[in-house]
Amino acid sequence: MSAHDVMPDIELYQPITVEDAVALAERHGENGWLLAGGQDTYGWLKDRAKHTSAMIDLNAIDALKGIRELAGGIEIGALTSLTEIQNNSSVVAKFGLLAEAVAHVASPQIRNMGTLGGNLVQDTRCWYYRRGLSCYRAGGNTCYANTPEGMNREHAIFGASRCVAVTPSDTAPALVALEAQMVIVGPDGERIVAAEDFFVGPNVDIRSMTTLETGEVLTAVRIPGKWATSEYYFEKVADRNVWDFALVSVAAVMKLNGGNITDARFACGGVACVPQRLPAVERAVIGKPRNDETGLAAGAIASNGAVTLNYNHFKVPLIENLVRRAVRG
Amino acid sequence: MSAVLVTTTINGDRTEFVCETDETLLDALRNRLGLTGSKEGCGTGDCGACSVTVDGRLVCSCLVLGVEAEGCEVNTIEGMADGDVLHPLQAKFIEHAALQCGICTPGFLMAAKVLLDKNPNPSEVEIRFALAGNLCRCTGYDKIVRAVKAAAKEVRKR
Repeated sequence: MSAHDVMPDIELYQPITVEDAVALAERHGENGWLLAGGQDTYGWLKDRAKHTSAMIDLNAIDALKGIRELAGGIEIGALTSLTEIQNNSSVVAKFGLLAEAVAHVASPQIRNMGTLGGNLVQDTRCWYYRRGLSCYRAGGNTCYANTPEGMNREHAIFGASRCVAVTPSDTAPALVALEAQMVIVGPDGERIVAAEDFFVGPNVDIRSMTTLETGEVLTAVRIPGKWATSEYYFEKVADRNVWDFALVSVAAVMKLNGGNITDARFACGGVACVPQRLPAVERAVIGKPRNDETGLAAGAIASNGAVTLNYNHFKVPLIENLVRRAVRG
Repeated sequence: MSAVLVTTTINGDRTEFVCETDETLLDALRNRLGLTGSKEGCGTGDCGACSVTVDGRLVCSCLVLGVEAEGCEVNTIEGMADGDVLHPLQAKFIEHAALQCGICTPGFLMAAKVLLDKNPNPSEVEIRFALAGNLCRCTGYDKIVRAVKAAAKEVRKR
């Protein structure tokens, strides 16, 4: 057998309450690893690109699972499987954007095991970083992707700062568009963070893609009723329809009145380290009819500010066209 | 590192096995229990050759720890035939030559069975979606899809 399929030694902890999980995470600090569905975790461990001496398995904590109604919105436990979300009648009826985004994650097998929390906090797919190279994100002092020879077709066109890696999550742009809130429990109790602020770029923290601190557990995602049953659009472009990560994805919600767009939120995946909000696009479409003319105008400004690398120029027309299609519906 | 006693039901039989905490369910099935039908293709969830069901959910057993099977019902390819009588899916895969090297076949059969258990009359699109997490590198997909369609017909007759 190749070394690849041999898992490293794992000391496994299986707490049954959030409090115990937080206590374990705090005790083990940097050496601890929170395990949800494991679909990202085992890749890291099998590749020997990351290590942990204490695996804290959250799967036995029932409080982290399930979908609950919440005054117009819903609350989804962080350990809820993607398949359950995809098939949940309340999610489908109220937040079709999320159901659609979830359905585009990986493969049926991975959606059955993979969780919402895990999909949100999974690490970037930059292959230099995943290979275990000592890049900026791994604590080193270089970026291998942003070099004259670097293969950076999948990398960022927005918000790069030393590191050019992008968010791999399909659900993150949808939740940013839906103004979701992240419920985080740590040693000092609970804090609530807007989805948009939960994800951080390399200019804020080059070692982590989220604001989660060591010892903290993402316990749930709350989606307020504001965008329930609104018009939505989701599209993900990837090299393969299955298992693959987005080259560019767009998640949009819009409110319409008499054919005119009265409110809108757009977020894109695959173009920055965080789900990329498009405030200029939102301003441009509000007050306009939802048609191709508006889409064309909005698409034209969707790539404003983009900085391309050697091999990812194609993401500029891609984001422009995806935004155009999102607007025209 | 410690060995853990795991109690499960595998293919309908109550089964106990001891495994290390770092062992995948795939390794436990193959190396501890001799159930070598499930294959390791990639070890990363791309190929689906290791597909089994855990409490009815199709999963890549290379991305599940053995200890996670505690108290669960696991079904593998070894439980698909009824004694010497092949499941319609198995029979139709042979009839339609929907396999060559056979490495992907157990995973495809498990994925197809999960589909037919829920929906005995799937459209071609539904079949292709249900099998999207499985890769085949030799036969190609048309024969596999045709075999699943034919098997669905058999299942509906029952």
